Amino acid sequence: MDISTQNTEAPPPGPQPTAVDRKRAARSASRPGDRIFLGLSRGAGILLLVIMAAIAVFLTYRASLAISKDHGNFLTTFEWNTNIDPPVFGVAVLAFGTIVSSIIAMVLAVPVAVAIALFITHYAPRRIGGTVAYVIDLLAAVPSIVYGLWGALILVPHMNGLFGWLNDYLGWTGVFSWNDGPPRSMLTVGILLAIMILPIITNVSREVFRQVPQMHEEAALALGATRWEVIRMSVLPFGRSGVISASMLGLGRALGETMAVATVLSPDFLIHASLLNAGGGTFAQNIASKFSEATQFGRDALIASGLVLFVITLLVNGAARLIIARRAEYSGANA
Amino acid sequence: MSHAQAPARRSPSTLRGASLPSWSPWAIAGGSILLGIGISAAAGLDSKIQWALIAGILYLLATFGFAARVEGGRQAKDRIATSLVWTAFVVAVIPLVSLIWVTVARGVKVLDFYFLTHSMGVVADTEPGGGIYHAILGSIEQVGLATLIGAPIGVLTAIYLVEYGRGKLARAVTFFVDVMTGIPSIVAGLFILSIMLMFDMQPFGFAGSLALAILMMPVVVRSTEEMLKLVPNELREASLALGVPKYRTILKVVLPTCIGGITTGIMLAIARIAGETAPVLLLVFGNPFINANPFEGAQASLPLYIYQQFSNSAGSGAAFDRAWAASLTLIAFVMILNLVARAIARWKAPKTGR
Repeated sequence: MDISTQNTEAPPPGPQPTAVDRKRAARSASRPGDRIFLGLSRGAGILLLVIMAAIAVFLTYRASLAISKDHGNFLTTFEWNTNIDPPVFGVAVLAFGTIVSSIIAMVLAVPVAVAIALFITHYAPRRIGGTVAYVIDLLAAVPSIVYGLWGALILVPHMNGLFGWLNDYLGWTGVFSWNDGPPRSMLTVGILLAIMILPIITNVSREVFRQVPQMHEEAALALGATRWEVIRMSVLPFGRSGVISASMLGLGRALGETMAVATVLSPDFLIHASLLNAGGGTFAQNIASKFSEATQFGRDALIASGLVLFVITLLVNGAARLIIARRAEYSGANA
Repeated sequence: MSHAQAPARRSPSTLRGASLPSWSPWAIAGGSILLGIGISAAAGLDSKIQWALIAGILYLLATFGFAARVEGGRQAKDRIATSLVWTAFVVAVIPLVSLIWVTVARGVKVLDFYFLTHSMGVVADTEPGGGIYHAILGSIEQVGLATLIGAPIGVLTAIYLVEYGRGKLARAVTFFVDVMTGIPSIVAGLFILSIMLMFDMQPFGFAGSLALAILMMPVVVRSTEEMLKLVPNELREASLALGVPKYRTILKVVLPTCIGGITTGIMLAIARIAGETAPVLLLVFGNPFINANPFEGAQASLPLYIYQQFSNSAGSGAAFDRAWAASLTLIAFVMILNLVARAIARWKAPKTGR
């Protein structure tokens, strides 16, 4: 019935290479319901692409309005004065702060997150491991503003001891020298970001470690390997790309984090050699704290700095995608 | 001592090598903590970090030494790895537990029925009193509207990718969904802001909803995609073989099979956007008064309320208390959403037959 009419409606097989495709397309679009539904779902997909394009276009347009009037160098100026005439602003300090705080967060969070993921999958007794995994899952959902509040009111006062200690023993390096100011500095921000991205990296790494083929581990055990050797020989090599992409996810979060940084950091527009002295800034923090007093032009300038952040996160995400793509995809039931 | 000799001498009748007794890690830990405190006291170091650090290093050295002597180098390394993994776990758990503990302990101070049903209308930020009714109302409206926009688009996109997606368009959508997942929330806010600047609009609730919807879509697409892929192809084939149109197959066979998983994904996405502050700060701006209309005038929202109580309060204790109480409300909301979502996922797990 239906099938026969379909076949008669389908175009006759022609010499074109795309004949089969066309036949299939014609068949699936032959009913009005199918056409509408395909149109809707394809439209939703296209809408996503349009939104991404619109983000890039609109940000670039507003940014160009601001940058064209900038009397400093947008990339190298150590200043953010959008209310004077002529305005002078630049993102050098913000880029430095964003990258430094994210690097600190990654250095602290990735090893610990991998260790916790290993703890859950390979070390903890099964029941404890399950509970810990569940709790860390929930912690990944805690809003960043709560981390920010906790960081500003609880973490910051507790940093005094650590800062004094670092200054005493490592102050000679310059990186860890401290002027006894409030510990609202890049290091504190980095530590808070590390705590924030820890659950995300742990969750993804845990999933990857769980997918390690049992056979690999059992083979290693059968050869007399200790638990650590099993992990080093079969778990870590299998999970490496997964851990890297998990770290990239965390890095993306750390780069774009607004509230946790805005509450903890006491910003200025200088690049400090020491990580312990308060000051510096990040893109997102600068936008959040300058926004409410900004004029129309000031907002355009902030949008320009947001564009730089957007580009940085795009690069990081693109890199993560490439790394994941290299790994053979675990396919579901539907190919 | 070479470790080949050790087992032969100590336990000649078994194949297993000699091993430290099971109580030894605890004994070594206790000993190194005592020694660490002793050294700190003797050297006059008063920082807690220092004796903990000394004790930790002593523990690692002692474990390695004993294990290498009795069990051999490989086992010693294994024990070191085990202690490091446990240490990492404990070190990481401290701040996370502290976060929850502090939020609950300080949050319950002012969290009561009055707090939930009153706004900050005529209350100065530095005074006690006031509540979060206006913020809860704003949050619900903004997040609800964002879900109404974001969830259908996300689910439809996922259906397109899994059920229809072939060729360039599908690949492009997949790639950009991945990229979109990584957009910082403040950039989504700036995007809507740039549109508002063009039309010279004042902040209003729905603008925040749009930014939140942008943040929600990729999350929904990802989770729905995973769920749709779990539906066995046999179900689709059986339905199509009966002559059921493809759209009806999707609506009546595929979606009902995995509706639980899709709901879970949407709820987790809601939990994520409900805590977003940055876009709301830029687009909705905050308002101490009750504004129930999301399409006109500034509104409040819970995360924004927390931020403003923290930053506008000049260190006033009453404002901090309110911020903690609002944090507790927000965390409770997000956690309940998470727990319910997971319960639904478990209850309505797709029967994959795997």
